[in-house]
Amino acid sequence: MSPRARLTLATLAVPVFLLLTVAAVGGILWVDLSAEERHALAGLLAPRVGLMFVFLALAAVCAIAVVRQLHRNYVALPARLAEEARVLLSTGAARPVGVAGSPEVRALVETINALAEHRRSLEDDVAERIRAAMNSVEEEKNRLAALMSELTQSVIVCNLEGRVLLYNGHARQQFRALSDAPAAAGGGELLGLGRSIYTVFDRALVDHALETVRHRLQRGIQAVTHFVTTTRSGQLLRVQMAPVLPGGAGTVVAGGEVSGFILLLDNITRNFETESRRDQMLHTLTEGNRAALANVRAAAEMLDYADLQEELRERFRKVIRDEVQAMSQLLDRTATEFADSLKARWPLEEMLGADLVAAAQRRIEQMVSLPTKLEEVDEGLWLKVDSFSLLQALTYLAHRLSDEFEVREVRFRLVPNGRLVHLDMIWSGQAMSTETVMSWELEAMQFAGESSPLSVRDVIERHDGEMWMEREKVRHRAFFRIALPAAVPQVAQEVPAYPAGEGRPEYYDFDLFSWSERSRALDDRPLAELAYTVFDTETTGLNPSQGDEIIQIGAVRIVNGKLLRGEAFEQLMDPGRPLDPESVKVHGITADMLAGRPAIATVLPAFHAFAADTVLVAHNAAFDMRFLQLKEAATGLRFDQPVLDTLLLSAVIHPNQESHRLEAIAELLGVEVVGRHTAVGDALVTAEVFLALVPLLAAKGIVTLRQAREAAEQSYYARVRY
Amino acid sequence: MTKKILIVDDEQNIVISLEFLMKREGFEVLVANDGDEAVRCIRAEQPDLVLLDVMMPKKSGFEVCQEIKADPKTQATCILMLTAKGRDTEVAKGLALGADAYMTKPFSTRELVARVRSLLGMEA
Repeated sequence: MSPRARLTLATLAVPVFLLLTVAAVGGILWVDLSAEERHALAGLLAPRVGLMFVFLALAAVCAIAVVRQLHRNYVALPARLAEEARVLLSTGAARPVGVAGSPEVRALVETINALAEHRRSLEDDVAERIRAAMNSVEEEKNRLAALMSELTQSVIVCNLEGRVLLYNGHARQQFRALSDAPAAAGGGELLGLGRSIYTVFDRALVDHALETVRHRLQRGIQAVTHFVTTTRSGQLLRVQMAPVLPGGAGTVVAGGEVSGFILLLDNITRNFETESRRDQMLHTLTEGNRAALANVRAAAEMLDYADLQEELRERFRKVIRDEVQAMSQLLDRTATEFADSLKARWPLEEMLGADLVAAAQRRIEQMVSLPTKLEEVDEGLWLKVDSFSLLQALTYLAHRLSDEFEVREVRFRLVPNGRLVHLDMIWSGQAMSTETVMSWELEAMQFAGESSPLSVRDVIERHDGEMWMEREKVRHRAFFRIALPAAVPQVAQEVPAYPAGEGRPEYYDFDLFSWSERSRALDDRPLAELAYTVFDTETTGLNPSQGDEIIQIGAVRIVNGKLLRGEAFEQLMDPGRPLDPESVKVHGITADMLAGRPAIATVLPAFHAFAADTVLVAHNAAFDMRFLQLKEAATGLRFDQPVLDTLLLSAVIHPNQESHRLEAIAELLGVEVVGRHTAVGDALVTAEVFLALVPLLAAKGIVTLRQAREAAEQSYYARVRY
Repeated sequence: MTKKILIVDDEQNIVISLEFLMKREGFEVLVANDGDEAVRCIRAEQPDLVLLDVMMPKKSGFEVCQEIKADPKTQATCILMLTAKGRDTEVAKGLALGADAYMTKPFSTRELVARVRSLLGMEA
């Protein structure tokens, strides 16, 4: 019963109660009285009946007033306060409950307010802690991402199903090199978040390695294993596998439980080739000479016999001459052919010659206080050097020149000479004796606080170089010449391109740890959980059935509700037919831009791989799918995964909108449109639109893929057919 | 009785020396230039000892050795293998296939003569 109804009831009940009480008292008295007394009383009361009723009415009014007052204080007010307190409870609003009413009620309200205040401060505290924890997690993630991206080794982290959770830039580059269509997908069809590593590596091989890791974990030894594998493109990869242990670092888990694995990749194709060549050379020079040596030796030994006839003696000599000549030729051939493999094995780095000279100048000026100058430096020369030891040697020589021959200045010259580079350190004044040069070359380099066990000769040998002194008599100068093998100029490492305005690409997604392969049929999985390939095509015209062709495919991926801008697919194709001038106005792609591009038959396999295991999303998907389907017969590639159309989904949500053009939907949903009418630009907008549609669909009860497909089919536009 | 020795090698430059050497030691010398010829010659001439090169066209020394040692009529023939490969595994293979001795090129001719004589049961 509401307080108001209770008040009405009470207001009515009070006069009724009063009347009943008076009537009852009067009745009992009346019954108790004798006949004479009754008569006397009636005589007494009869003239005062009016007054009695007036008193009675006054009493009723007073009682009603008291009841109303009590109701206000003890029913209405607590009810109001309770409402306010409920608001406080449900919203945690800052406004406290109003203090009013009797002292007891006031005390109660104040206690409630104190409790509310207490709760709010606790909540604030918890929120603050959560924020701090999230910040530190985010920071750690970023630090990890930064670290990974700078690593020169390729790192890939996978969950137990082989889904990629994390990879670094180097891994990306490596896979770019392995890709069949490096220009389009940049290896993204092989390596991407949520993709299966088994598209690259044999599953049995990885399982075997994982088994080894588990065994090693159980036995408590370092749980790392290696394997070497060849890729489809014939590259040789050495892979190191380490486990990801559940429950964070340091927890040793019994039973060899792992929650994922880390792969460190090394492309050893080149090393392997070098090693093989080295082996081959070694073999040629040892085993390859045995037979010839045997011939020579036997013949030579025959010559020792005194009873040899002249004719035979000449034959043996000829054997020796021929064999030795053949061996000399073999030696020369081998030495030339394997010149590169013969170089010293000290790890040398490639360095721009000019940089080396600049560093030498700084070091000599700093450590020896000897002024330096440049004479002639070829800026384009690359050297293969151990820069630290070479700089040490140059500084050491400068030190001795300054110390023992009072040289006031040294100059540098860097010039090419065939396969060699001449690095000269020049000084004016007298030249020293060859013996002195020899001793400088052979003594360990100890000077000005530097103490190296190496001599200049050691350093030069390490570089497979030579050093000597020459005089320029005319100019009264001399110089040390260090001849070093030149290195092939380095091509700047290609940095993968990302759409402008993007920061670090999304290389990691640890949420994938909780993915479970096909744990539910794709159809019954929530839209928010699925992986998507959002794509768009540009075409020569609008009629695929009349021979119009795709000229560009652009695609991006959505994994775990995140748009992966870094893993885009973009490729122009030569359609092998003229462009419709109308279409050129739309996409701005001209025939020049398509000349020399690959044909669709070579691009589709890469796109097929890129879209593997995902749901396809496109705006007006029927159009793009029609083009793809018409290629099925020619390429043998079926795009048979589920397809969602943002146009139809938009029509499901906003059935009353006039236009479902991509721009219109994007505007309605507050998605910024950039770079439209390039395939990848449109794919990006479509992806953003799709991501905005997912929660709106959920609000309409459309949560799973099946529900989305069914809703789309019913939508009006579904009847449009190309 | 003069012992008969068969020299099997496809390289004339070693055959000249070996032929001269063995003749000088008083042996009767036959020469074969490949594996097939060697097997035919061993069956026909029944030499006491074969100096057998391993790497030859048509049939390798290993095959010749195996064939000869498997045939009761020829298995008494002494086989000394000469090879231009120094790997231990090959020496083991040669001996396992029945070769009586094994020498790796280049070898000392004096030692070769000593090995031949001892294999034929003559004094060194």
